Amino acid sequence: MQKKKFTFHVDLDSFIPASDAEKEYLVQMRPSSTFFKDGVKRLYKNKVAFVSFIIIVLITLSSIILPMIWPYSYEDQLGVRPGKPVDSSYNNLKPFEYGKTEEAMIEAGESVFPHVFGTDASGRDYFIRVIYGTRISLAVGFFASIIVLLIGTVIGSISGYFGGKVDLIIMRIVDIIYSLPDMLMVILLSTVLKMTLAPAIEGTPLASIGSNIISLFIVFALLYWVSMSRLIRGQILSLREQEYVLSARATGAKGSWIIRKHLIPNCISVVIISAALQIPSAIFTESYLSFLGLGVNAPMPSLGSLASQALNGLASYPYRLVIPAIMISLIVLSLNLFGDGLRDAFDPKLNG
Amino acid sequence: MNTKTLLYIVKRILLAIFTVWVVITVTFFVMHAVPGGPFVGEKATTPAVQAAMEAKYGLDKPLLEQYGTYLKDIVTKFDFGPSLKQRGRMVVDIIMDGMKTSLKLGLIAAVIAALIGIVLGAVAALRRNKFIDRVIMVITTAFVSMPSFIIGSLLLLCFSLLLHWFPANGAASGGLVLPIITLALYPMAYITRLTRSSMLDVLGQDYIRTARAKGVSGTKVIFGHALKNSLIPVLTYFGPMLAYIVTGSLVVEQIFAVPGIGRQFVSSITNRDYPMIMGTTIILAALIVVMNLVTDILYKVVDPRITLE
Repeated sequence: MQKKKFTFHVDLDSFIPASDAEKEYLVQMRPSSTFFKDGVKRLYKNKVAFVSFIIIVLITLSSIILPMIWPYSYEDQLGVRPGKPVDSSYNNLKPFEYGKTEEAMIEAGESVFPHVFGTDASGRDYFIRVIYGTRISLAVGFFASIIVLLIGTVIGSISGYFGGKVDLIIMRIVDIIYSLPDMLMVILLSTVLKMTLAPAIEGTPLASIGSNIISLFIVFALLYWVSMSRLIRGQILSLREQEYVLSARATGAKGSWIIRKHLIPNCISVVIISAALQIPSAIFTESYLSFLGLGVNAPMPSLGSLASQALNGLASYPYRLVIPAIMISLIVLSLNLFGDGLRDAFDPKLNG
Repeated sequence: MNTKTLLYIVKRILLAIFTVWVVITVTFFVMHAVPGGPFVGEKATTPAVQAAMEAKYGLDKPLLEQYGTYLKDIVTKFDFGPSLKQRGRMVVDIIMDGMKTSLKLGLIAAVIAALIGIVLGAVAALRRNKFIDRVIMVITTAFVSMPSFIIGSLLLLCFSLLLHWFPANGAASGGLVLPIITLALYPMAYITRLTRSSMLDVLGQDYIRTARAKGVSGTKVIFGHALKNSLIPVLTYFGPMLAYIVTGSLVVEQIFAVPGIGRQFVSSITNRDYPMIMGTTIILAALIVVMNLVTDILYKVVDPRITLE
């Protein structure tokens, strides 16, 4: 049929079923990439972040596995044997030195596992103390940031959802906590909690964790959620107004669907990134408090308390300071770099 | 300055006063929640002596009355009561004594950190992705990943125990050099990174291109246009830097045995000298709050483009 220009005649050719050749074009050549896959790909390409990630995994795994297979434990004073006088030859061993009874065993042809970093002033194997201290520091950092994440998310989303008076009150509280000098408050609260908690939890399972670590968690739960909740609130406020949320609502989506399919996936990357960056800051705080004597309870080691104990014999045993110092810097550095990499990979909006 | 700015400043000052009040209240009630009085642990005291001492320090009165007196003394007389462990001395006098050294330490560290940080940051930005930029970024990244007590202990180990360049005792002559370096390194690294990123941002602006296009010399573009504008974000770090230096000085003074307020604070924690802990926390907190306030106001005055909440 001759097509007449400038008329509204329908061009019937447009409605012929597609040939097989044409259909080929529409076939998906490869599965579409999800947001998560995209991010992982970007992260993998970022060499610095990737190497940091491997370092973190290695340190974490060795801090979990090594204490299980190592022949010495972090609290055993090697010179102290039941029923015998204390053998002080085990105290302050240099790396790869042995105590008297161990030397006798070696001469008798037995093999003795070496003290790779020597022993400390009480005759405890220093290597395993460093590894165990790493485990404590990592665990404190991890759980502290989980606590911050949970509290911050709950309060931030309440504030963002309800708005109005609730939001106003929460945000004023946030403002005030935000303007408090955090470190001083942390020190004050830890000092007081250390004195009040220790008798309160005696005999309960909590006592094995130690009053100081628990007070550290309480302090984090009280003070550090504010920046996280501000972040979440801001996210929710801006996401609520997005066009795709409006269009979802217009097509009849329920509130729960919008939250699950739109708000959470769009929030989650920001939340995870800031939680990841919270870990090194928690490790920093823990080591700082340990250094002031407000950290983990003896005999449990943490990297901060190891470093502060090393100050006493610094002139004779400098490596006792250097080893935990390197460890803590390595952990914080890799976590920071990995966190930066995560942000670059999963938060494309920040790239610009 | 228009009325809106003034209103903002008044609001910020009120918030600052309120914050200091919150600090005082929290500190007071938290310290008094500790079970057992401050004299319980003392050796060789009979209950009668303890009661007499509690009466002397007013600890036998109801808590709210004690709080009222404490608050009134601070506001009207700037009096934080007597120290419990250093008998016969007032908390304020001890703090002011220590403050002289600590202020010197902190101020020099802050100035050094700002000067070197800005210069290094500007150099890194101008030589972006060149060798020197890489070196500066690697070093500063390392420094921001080290807690101050680690930097301090390592410096002590290297320069006073191994090389004997500086005394390990902060009270000796030249003893403040290492503590100052320790305190300055982290803020310096942070300011370097801040200056670099903000400078890169400014260098990409249109007015820089315009200035270049109309033939303004390179140094004039950098010092007249770029540097000035890129320092505004750096200014916001002023308050946090002071907070860092104050808390950092607690451990640094401990490491180098500097007779400052930080060392007093730490020993008052181990001694359970309650009035000292409270007094020091409140004064240091007030200092930080005031510096944050000054930073916020300065920020607004320097750059009128910034909109207020």
